[in-house]
Amino acid sequence: MAKTSTRDRMKNEINAGSMADIAFLLLIFFLVTTTIVEDKGITVKLPPWSEEEPDITKLKERNVFSVLVNAQNQILVRGELTRVRELKELAKEFIANPSKREDMAEKPTMAIISLKNDRGTNYRTYLEVYNELKAAYNELWNELSLKKYGVPYTEDMPTAYKREIRGEIPLVISEAEPTNFGEE
Amino acid sequence: MSKFSKKRGKSDPEVSTASLPDIIFMLLFFFMVVTVLRDSELKVSVNTPFASELLKLEEKSLVNYIYIGRPVKKFQDVYGTKPRMQLGDKFADIAEIPLFLEKHKIKVPEAKRPRITSSLRVDGEVTMGIVQDVKTQLRKSGQLKVNYSAKKRPN
Repeated sequence: MAKTSTRDRMKNEINAGSMADIAFLLLIFFLVTTTIVEDKGITVKLPPWSEEEPDITKLKERNVFSVLVNAQNQILVRGELTRVRELKELAKEFIANPSKREDMAEKPTMAIISLKNDRGTNYRTYLEVYNELKAAYNELWNELSLKKYGVPYTEDMPTAYKREIRGEIPLVISEAEPTNFGEE
Repeated sequence: MSKFSKKRGKSDPEVSTASLPDIIFMLLFFFMVVTVLRDSELKVSVNTPFASELLKLEEKSLVNYIYIGRPVKKFQDVYGTKPRMQLGDKFADIAEIPLFLEKHKIKVPEAKRPRITSSLRVDGEVTMGIVQDVKTQLRKSGQLKVNYSAKKRPN
């Protein structure tokens, strides 16, 4: 092994051509990872701005799931103090209403979740609450999708399926103008 | 195979590829530095909350960022500690949002404009007051697609 033949002594270089490939690999790795880490979040469609007050009188009380968050970050669901982790199950039960209770949504298409917070509410609490409500819908969509099509609900499933599912259980989270009791 | 063994004998000078990795490394470093720089330019401290129902933002060119948080220590002498909003690389008032959105919009091809998303990167400890003002302004400006930036909750 150690002996060098006359042929090798003429040019004793390591081929550096593949170094470029290694560097390219690193470059691509960094490019890909930097995009993945950032830019994730809860996507929300805001309602268009209108000067008029929305008319809520024609809603039946049983179809409204009211969630209030105060400046002390306490959560009131339909008049009862609730913790964040209970919120998802409550919302799911309200929307689907499996036991056909008189005080819950007549059907999922009529269910409305009304979310109201204070200007002093922590953003973290607000997002946690929103996240739980979104999670309730996501789970319901997933269950429906499994039942109807046998596949889990994902964002990139066929649009026709998605439209069908979201038509049956529409996402309605209505946000009222916040109160102002506890802003710093 | 015969091709290679023939060449080795000759002392014919080849173009050296040894500098190629250096060029690629330069690119690599450029990208690494640029991605870090963007975050270090933040003038408000933003520690986004955790959430589970996350959606990835697809096209970066269609996203504009609005940062809300308390000014970092360096700027607290001038701007105080109340939560502030940062647009681009400077502090801004709520009233500057429409212009900011318009500036971003003209860089986007017309066909893609309806898909423009505003990414709200808000610190978890900020109160909803300022967030609400920003949301109201976004609604008034017709920018209805909003993404509340959040981190995946570690299990």
